[in-house]
Amino acid sequence: MNTRRSPLTAVAALVALVFLYAPLAVVLVFSFNAARYGTDWQGFTVDWYVRLLNNPTAIAAAINTLQLAFTSTFFATLFGTALAYGMSRYEFPGKGLFHHVLHIPVFIPDIVLGVALLLFFALVRRFLAGFELGMTTMTLAHITLQIPFIAIVVRARMADCDPQLEEAAADLGAGPWLTFRHVTLPLMMPGIVAGSLLAFTLSLDDFVVSFFTSGPGATTLPILIYSSVKRGLTPEVHALASLIVVVSAASVITVAILRGRSQVRS
Amino acid sequence: MTIFLLGPLLFVAAMSFAQRGENGEIVWRLTTENYARLFGQGALGFDPVHPLLLARSLGVGVVTAALCLLAGLPVAFFIARLPRRWKGAVLTLVVIPFWTNLLIRTYGWQIILAPDGWVADVLRTAGWLAQGAELYPGWPAVLIALVCDYLPFMILPLYASVEKLDPALEEAAADLGASPMQAFWHVVLPQIRPGLVAGCVLVFLPATGQFVIPDLLGGAKLALLGNAVQQQFGASRDWPFGSAIAVAALLVMGAGLWLHTWMTKGKREVALP
Repeated sequence: MNTRRSPLTAVAALVALVFLYAPLAVVLVFSFNAARYGTDWQGFTVDWYVRLLNNPTAIAAAINTLQLAFTSTFFATLFGTALAYGMSRYEFPGKGLFHHVLHIPVFIPDIVLGVALLLFFALVRRFLAGFELGMTTMTLAHITLQIPFIAIVVRARMADCDPQLEEAAADLGAGPWLTFRHVTLPLMMPGIVAGSLLAFTLSLDDFVVSFFTSGPGATTLPILIYSSVKRGLTPEVHALASLIVVVSAASVITVAILRGRSQVRS
Repeated sequence: MTIFLLGPLLFVAAMSFAQRGENGEIVWRLTTENYARLFGQGALGFDPVHPLLLARSLGVGVVTAALCLLAGLPVAFFIARLPRRWKGAVLTLVVIPFWTNLLIRTYGWQIILAPDGWVADVLRTAGWLAQGAELYPGWPAVLIALVCDYLPFMILPLYASVEKLDPALEEAAADLGASPMQAFWHVVLPQIRPGLVAGCVLVFLPATGQFVIPDLLGGAKLALLGNAVQQQFGASRDWPFGSAIAVAALLVMGAGLWLHTWMTKGKREVALP
């Protein structure tokens, strides 16, 4: 191992990290600033957080966001896991093509996915009366966005697992369901948990896809932030943004710890 | 899954050949008019707005990728040479901002780069920023935010390549009389090429289609592909033309991926953060 470490790369790395965290830090600092307008520091306050908790619009948006994230993550985890299981254990025609299709949402600009789904929903609405844009369409859109990420993570996990374990269970007299329940599922679990946390974060953060597929009634936190940025920022938005940052960071750290653990175990 | 993904995309492709009716409704008559408009054919002869838009988007993607490469290389080397137990922690530190909301980071830059903010003041005092010129709204803000946004995409694949680097080869090059620069160019660079190419593609593709950052930091004059799509689907209500722009964005993506596969000869290393 090369132990030669130049101080130059250390400085560069430090600068890069500061650069990455600067915008987050600014928002966090200003959420505690007593000044209503402008960027002058006028003392520490938690007033904006208190006001935020009494703001019905923000609360409604938060409930929408969480409901959306939980519902879509639940279904995406089911489908994504089933997909990963099917793709790694069975052969079927068109599997290669399907593998490529699966990677589309990972690379596609999210705005293209957003308008594609919007057009699709508009088409469905012509044939299906009462199918309005709103929470349902947004949930469907998020599930579409999340499935590939979950499937990819779970599949990577399954590729690391030894298929002989399942064969051994079958040899010992376990039926397909018992084998799946007691051998395959526990093996897949770290992948499923990591994948669904990732998908959950993805849903919480998504703005572009929601922006296109939400109706006038359904506002999520990112949409709320976008419209406040357009209208003019208030310290309450800083407080809201800071809370979101903390939740996202906590979830990323959890995923990192889970992954680290599963690596140590295997 | 396939229905929800391929269906809508094919529908967009179909829509891009349709026409816009008087009131923004869609008239299903086969036409290539939308693509002609995209490549500069206007009602009154040549109209450079949309070709410029395409070129600007591609340019922004290339510049962002180049800047990320410059910033990401030293970081990748730094992390790769850390003691083992620190690597994971620092990598997580790099990834966290990526998973926090893009809107929040973008408006964070809005505050930092504000015309009367201290960054602009310092640069003006130092004479690097002309009096009256602004960082935001404008190109500097858009590029800074893009680099900040996509730097993790560059660092992760680069790190994966640098990690595998055999330091003995570098030392051998030095022993044989190569200067550090020569050693880097002839020995290190060919070895980390897969990561380098992957990083550039991973930065270039999303940067080209970015919508939020130019929307919030660029002002009206700096629209990119993504903003044009939004404009056509929103205010202008010209869905067929919007679809044509979306298809163009998809083609750019496809070309980028194909180039990547070709350059790495099929051995794609997709690094998901």
